[in-house]
Amino acid sequence: MTSLSFELTIGILKIFSFVVPVLVSVALLVYLERKVLGAVQLRKGPNVVGPFGILQSFADVLKLLTKENLLPSSSNKFLFIFAPMLTLILSLIAWAVIPISSTYVIANINIGILYLFAVSSFGVYGVIIAGWASNSKYPFLGALRSAAQMISYEVSIGFVIITVLICVGSLNLIDIVESQKNMWFAIPLLPMFVIFIISALAETNRLPFDLPEDEATLVAGFFTEYSSISFGLFFLAEYANMILMSSLTVILFLGGWYPPIDIFPLNAIPGIFWFVIKVFLILFVFLWVRATFPRYRYDQLMRLGWKIFLPFTLIWVVITSAFLFYFGLLPN
Amino acid sequence: MTTLIRYIKSFTLFELMKGLKLTITYFFKPKVTLNYPNQKGPISPRFRGEHALRRYPNGEERCIACKLCEAVCPAQAITIEAEPKPDGSRRTTRYDIDMTKCIYCGLCEEACPVDAIVEGPNFEYATETREELLYDKEKLLRNGDIWEKQISENLKRDSKYR
Repeated sequence: MTSLSFELTIGILKIFSFVVPVLVSVALLVYLERKVLGAVQLRKGPNVVGPFGILQSFADVLKLLTKENLLPSSSNKFLFIFAPMLTLILSLIAWAVIPISSTYVIANINIGILYLFAVSSFGVYGVIIAGWASNSKYPFLGALRSAAQMISYEVSIGFVIITVLICVGSLNLIDIVESQKNMWFAIPLLPMFVIFIISALAETNRLPFDLPEDEATLVAGFFTEYSSISFGLFFLAEYANMILMSSLTVILFLGGWYPPIDIFPLNAIPGIFWFVIKVFLILFVFLWVRATFPRYRYDQLMRLGWKIFLPFTLIWVVITSAFLFYFGLLPN
Repeated sequence: MTTLIRYIKSFTLFELMKGLKLTITYFFKPKVTLNYPNQKGPISPRFRGEHALRRYPNGEERCIACKLCEAVCPAQAITIEAEPKPDGSRRTTRYDIDMTKCIYCGLCEEACPVDAIVEGPNFEYATETREELLYDKEKLLRNGDIWEKQISENLKRDSKYR
């Protein structure tokens, strides 16, 4: 009994040691996004709340918390409240298998990547439920777009992951990172790396693929009817998903917690540091892309997903496996 | 051949990289933001801001109640009443400007023969109620006292262009 409660306490502490940094990074990421967008547009961005405006996101959260939570009279009340919770929960439980370093992970399961893929596919449900429960036209259209888009791009993400798995021979995320000790997969699989980043943008509904929340045509997309903290939860979930996708990129392609070159001053720095640096580098690319490109049209988005990425990744899976087979490099 | 080049360009994301290069150069450029309440932009000496009634250096009102400003005002924002003072000079008893009507055209300033009514450099006089924007003579004279230094300087700087 005591050992069980002890293990439970350790488990909860472990979970908190992941969730709290993730939520803090979300606040930091929102601040960073506004700063980067500002800098690209020759503005300064938030610089009043706290030193360099770093507490701006916390002020925004306080503002959201003190606002009234409106329930549309024609909405499905239970699902309307349930949807943002589901979205946030799904974006947080995925962190259970993300290895920050070779030892620092909540659940080191041997099908980690499959679990991540399943959870991120579930993300569509939160959006669909939100759009449907609002009982309003713009959220509904936004939800439909989001569902179609996320499913389309998950296909190419699936093939990209398969390519990596062929090179590794394991579904365990720690194994995937450790097989990149000598060379990051971003170098031999460069086209896959680029496609993965672009698909990750579509998967997290980021610009230039943010059609589900396209303010020019759909007001705010699937969370048009949401206010106060239920809106805040969607917001939080979206940014947590962004961080999740960029850590997945780091794990699959950028050698996780390994330093860029395995020489003395670099490999003395703890792996967590490298991991966080890489994640924020990818996040910066996300923001940079957002600041640069205009939004895709919906048919262009679908064309890119189905007519270019799908055949391209499919061919690349064949090429990679043929190459590995021919030179006898297949793992195991 | 051109098709081939186009394919190479689209598969190497050439144009996208060009766009990203452009934005990253802007990312490092100096920023143009003014931290408004702490920093303010430069203002021309001709700036037409909040109105003020000026005095002569000996403290006497400049306004001689000629009512030219009232007549020229296209928005009819100015109301003047006047009667002779005991010493025989004409002075206003009432000089109101409805700042909610005023269109800041500067014609009152142009019309004034004694440089009494001027539009000063102040633009930060937002109020919480509408009534506070119905300026009377007292308020305008007080503005004149507060801003006199800058107003006279601006008039001097601008005089060579008039």
